[in-house]
Amino acid sequence: MAITFKQVDFTYQPGTPFENKALSDINVTIPEGSYTALIGHTGSGKSTLLQHLNALLKPTSGTVTIGERVITPETSNKDLKRLRQHVGIVFQFPESQLFEETVEKDIAFGPQNFGVSEAATLKTAAEMLALVGLPQELLKRSPFDLSGGQMRRVAIAGVLAMQPDVLVLDEPTAGLDPQGRLEMMEIFARLRHERHLTVVLVTHQMDDVANYADNVIVMDRGRVVKTGAPREIFADPQWLLDHQLGLPKTTAFARQLVQRGWQFERMPLTEDELAQDLVAGLPQSAFGEGHDHDE
Amino acid sequence: MVSPIIDVQHLNYRYPQQPETALTLRDVSFSVAAGEWVAIVGHNGSGKSTLAKNLNGLLAPVSGTVTVDGQVLSEETVWEIRKKIGMVFQNPDNQFVGATVADDVAFGLENQGVPRDEMLARVEQALKQVNMQEFATREPARLSGGQKQRVALAGMIAARPRILILDEATSMLDPRGRAEVLATIRQMKADGQLTVLSITHDIDEAASANRIIVVNDGEVKEEGTPAEIFRHGENLIKMGLDMPYAERLKAALKRQGVQVPATYLTEKGMADWLWQLRSNK
Repeated sequence: MAITFKQVDFTYQPGTPFENKALSDINVTIPEGSYTALIGHTGSGKSTLLQHLNALLKPTSGTVTIGERVITPETSNKDLKRLRQHVGIVFQFPESQLFEETVEKDIAFGPQNFGVSEAATLKTAAEMLALVGLPQELLKRSPFDLSGGQMRRVAIAGVLAMQPDVLVLDEPTAGLDPQGRLEMMEIFARLRHERHLTVVLVTHQMDDVANYADNVIVMDRGRVVKTGAPREIFADPQWLLDHQLGLPKTTAFARQLVQRGWQFERMPLTEDELAQDLVAGLPQSAFGEGHDHDE
Repeated sequence: MVSPIIDVQHLNYRYPQQPETALTLRDVSFSVAAGEWVAIVGHNGSGKSTLAKNLNGLLAPVSGTVTVDGQVLSEETVWEIRKKIGMVFQNPDNQFVGATVADDVAFGLENQGVPRDEMLARVEQALKQVNMQEFATREPARLSGGQKQRVALAGMIAARPRILILDEATSMLDPRGRAEVLATIRQMKADGQLTVLSITHDIDEAASANRIIVVNDGEVKEEGTPAEIFRHGENLIKMGLDMPYAERLKAALKRQGVQVPATYLTEKGMADWLWQLRSNK
């Protein structure tokens, strides 16, 4: 399911002393099936844009087309239920939204709300729990007895239980340790392939953009300032730094090597890419004995 | 040795609903010298945040003692001790009280009875230091995650505690914001006798510390300087830290069959080594 923004403006609390224009003239498409990273420094409007993806916010002017559905400033808040089923959003710290007595009931809550039978939703809950890598014995436990990382997985399972076409993730790994972060990112990558999802990831982790995304939207001060594949976005390190954004660690390190006179055909984005590039320039003596290094 | 500003001895902690045998913290002992920056690392669920909450009496231990600035933490001393400790949590939503950003930053100062003129000046200065002066009249609840963390830190800058405890306080910031906040903390340390205890998974934040304490499964497993701890290479992930970049690249080169040095290299050291290797052609 593709999502297209046309000339979208959004202002928080218009006509009050707190009035604040958060989005200006947004024209952008999130292609169906893409893994789109939404990046921009703190307060650039990423979270506001994200809430337009399932009409939690409606544009102050312009239109957002989500699949077949066109959202305008006049769109009624009724009748948005189906849309919200198609676009599942995992907010920051989603574990704070858990509320049910058991993990099973919490995951089943969404689909039950959409009129699916209890038996069917409990079955879905069990499946979703496995999908996020948690053991079945947690189903009957209170979500509040789990660790922070487990609670987050349960909250994500609850969003997945709606069987969305688009999965929107707002800094889903913030606060997790590196091991948990890696596992979580691998789960999303796997889900995307198994369930043919469109994924939208809001992140500050440029390494995640380099490793997982195939499309990038860069925001600054409420505007979209660049779109493209990760390689195009990271090809101009100075531009990124000017927009208060970082580089993938590999690209930053390769840049240090370039300053010393090393040459790369294209800037590497991951450590494996860099290692391959480096190996080509190293003498035979750099390799261990018995290693066949074919030129 | 100068007497420590924080001294923890044989601390045991168990959450009320847990069985008696399941301790979240087990026989934890360590001390922090005045002016030191100590990073506490460990994976999620290792007990780091529980430890932080035991230091200012938000949680009370089953046994063991916490001594802050010469005072043993107890029901009598807890209010005195809390005045000396500023805490910033991962999700500052849980600690905002003011209607506007400026009110929130001023809150701690009002409680300390700081005169109004001085309070206004300190609030303005603190917001400037974290680059949030434009947001002074905004509602804290409507800020982004990273902006909230900056405001929470500004509250600490204004209140000038002797001890600053950061519980994953930079986790929602972008890389540049994180670097700015770390620079701000270094500045605060340079300006006065500030002691910093930071709980973190971030390798750069851990590298900023004088000393790293590794907590695992409720116990102190290891203490050392950042260079000593970073020698663990790939095992750092199990300790709840990221691998330093040079170690990650080393592992990738190893996969390509390159013989790599076993010692810990900084990024610069890694670049030097690669350059030399290439020149050996």
